[in-house]
Amino acid sequence: MSALTRSRPPIYGIMAEFTSSRELIAAIRRLRQAGYRKLDAFTPYPIEEVVDALDQHHTKLPLMVLIGGILGGLGGYALQYWSQVLVYPMNIGGRPVHSWPAFIVPTFETTILGAALTAVFGMIALNGLPQPYHPVFNVPRFAEASRDRYFLVIEADDPKFDREATRQHLADLNPFEVSEVEH
Amino acid sequence: MATLDDGAPRAPLPKPHRPPVVAPGHTTTTVTDKISSVVLQRTPKWWFFGFAVSFFLLMIFLVSVTTLFLKGVGIWGINWPIGWGFDIINFVWWIGIGHAGTLISAILLLLRQQWRTSINRFAEAMTLFAVACAGMYPLLHLGRPWLFYWLLPYPNTMSLWPQFRSPLIWDVFAVSTYATVSALFWFVGLIPDLATMRDRAKNKAAKIAYGMFALGWRGSAKHWHNYEVASLLLAGLATPLVLSVHTVVSFDFSIGIIPGWHATIFPPYFVAGAIYAGFAMVLTLAIPLRVAFGLEDFITSRHLQNMGKVMLATGLIVVYGYFCEIFFAWYSANHYERFMMLNRALGPYRFHWYMLIFCNAVVPQFLWIKKVRSSPLWLFVISMFVSVGMWLERFVIIVVSLHRDFLPASWGMYRGTIWDWGTFIGTMGLFLTLFFLFIRVLPAISVFEMRTIVPGGGLGEQRDGQPIHQEVRS
Repeated sequence: MSALTRSRPPIYGIMAEFTSSRELIAAIRRLRQAGYRKLDAFTPYPIEEVVDALDQHHTKLPLMVLIGGILGGLGGYALQYWSQVLVYPMNIGGRPVHSWPAFIVPTFETTILGAALTAVFGMIALNGLPQPYHPVFNVPRFAEASRDRYFLVIEADDPKFDREATRQHLADLNPFEVSEVEH
Repeated sequence: MATLDDGAPRAPLPKPHRPPVVAPGHTTTTVTDKISSVVLQRTPKWWFFGFAVSFFLLMIFLVSVTTLFLKGVGIWGINWPIGWGFDIINFVWWIGIGHAGTLISAILLLLRQQWRTSINRFAEAMTLFAVACAGMYPLLHLGRPWLFYWLLPYPNTMSLWPQFRSPLIWDVFAVSTYATVSALFWFVGLIPDLATMRDRAKNKAAKIAYGMFALGWRGSAKHWHNYEVASLLLAGLATPLVLSVHTVVSFDFSIGIIPGWHATIFPPYFVAGAIYAGFAMVLTLAIPLRVAFGLEDFITSRHLQNMGKVMLATGLIVVYGYFCEIFFAWYSANHYERFMMLNRALGPYRFHWYMLIFCNAVVPQFLWIKKVRSSPLWLFVISMFVSVGMWLERFVIIVVSLHRDFLPASWGMYRGTIWDWGTFIGTMGLFLTLFFLFIRVLPAISVFEMRTIVPGGGLGEQRDGQPIHQEVRS
């Protein structure tokens, strides 16, 4: 426990509030140039340029969804083959028990189901949700992030982080307000 | 109309006669406040009135279903030769209505139709509730609904497995997948808005409730990125899914050999009919909703006109389907198919067929007229006709085909009993009750997506300050 408290910085980070997405994007670019890496931005709606500026464009989600869909399809077909051909074959007028065209429809549906479940729960898991508590919620102004304001946080475990210097850095970027984020 | 006051001279607006997607003057702040205030304000009086009426209808459903459970399906009008009566008509009718919601939320998203933004949330809710109503019928029709799980493939002590070669089992898979994916897609769309509601709610209990369902969403850039990828993938998956659902529903008929069912036109004809009926229902809900909540700025005349156009286009596909059926009957030179067609037009149910043609083929032609398309009242009236017409279409397909098939000895007549009507009106109560609860507790318009289409929002800025409400075409 003592090791944990010792390595933990006294605050979570420093937050700046901006009134437009242009200012936010410009601020991210400046801070990235200055060498900061542990940045996160919070916006009321998805903004492609913010993700670009933070260089967070890589996500494993499409690959996961592809695998989920393939597993769903294979699972659906296997279920039908196993139940209709192996364990419960029904001979109706001598027709083949492995009547694959009839199995396509449920296979299609299980493919979509597997992929869609992976897309939703994969997205939630990759985002680390559900997460009822997060330090950024300690800043009272942060409620505006879901309305019309744009927030930027430099986390305290960034190698370049310095409580005074970083605060000054953010204040120079023309923010609406700068505040410290408690743990 | 221009609201970006950067002082720069503006080029003349392209197509100024087209109404905007969002009324001028709105920003990310005003859309958030306006849409969330609808939920956070005191409950309006009309809501209690509407909810009471819906809840009364829902109680009719409860009485009908209780009687059904006590006495069995004999209380309905079904008997040989018409084993599929109101239950399958209503199943197909409800599930078709649901299709417009998925079309708006998925297909129009992929096609980058910005006008979908303000109607997709409640259209998706409509999908969910319509599928819930649709699902009631096959379950109640089972006779012993408490054994519904026998439809699902699961290892059981009887060593039985469902017959996967049957369209009825395909239906189970298609409809349950559709219900699951629609619910997930809807919930994913709600997460950022639930976070907004959590941050805006003053009431502690509401804050906690919204907060729990928002899963701790905080709008981080990384979250948004995964979120956008997931939304696009879900839209891509929901698109073939929604087309497959009504295709599979049409297989329930077209795989059989009954004259009037066994036709290759069925899948596209059913899908078009579903979207047609669905848009009629979206209009039926949207027109009162925008007035009641004062949302005319977001659900503008443009939306109503576009929906009218979609209704007209899909209606024409449906009419093409009717012509195909007549042509097939003649060209097949099949005695039974020809008789079926003549029986539709001249038999005991001819009135239903004429009404169907009037409601589905004649009335919507008024949508060619711009004055009619831009009048909410006329659109409302036409959507009512379409809803009735699409119900009659399923009645004609199911009852008229079954009541006189190959053997005159097995001919019969069908009419719904009071319990059939009670169940049907009851599911309308279920639908409306759920819808009234939805518009009371959740934002009926997607707030975060609206933020992206107002000036100062995402697209407004990305396109060099040209606000999207001036009809930017990509």
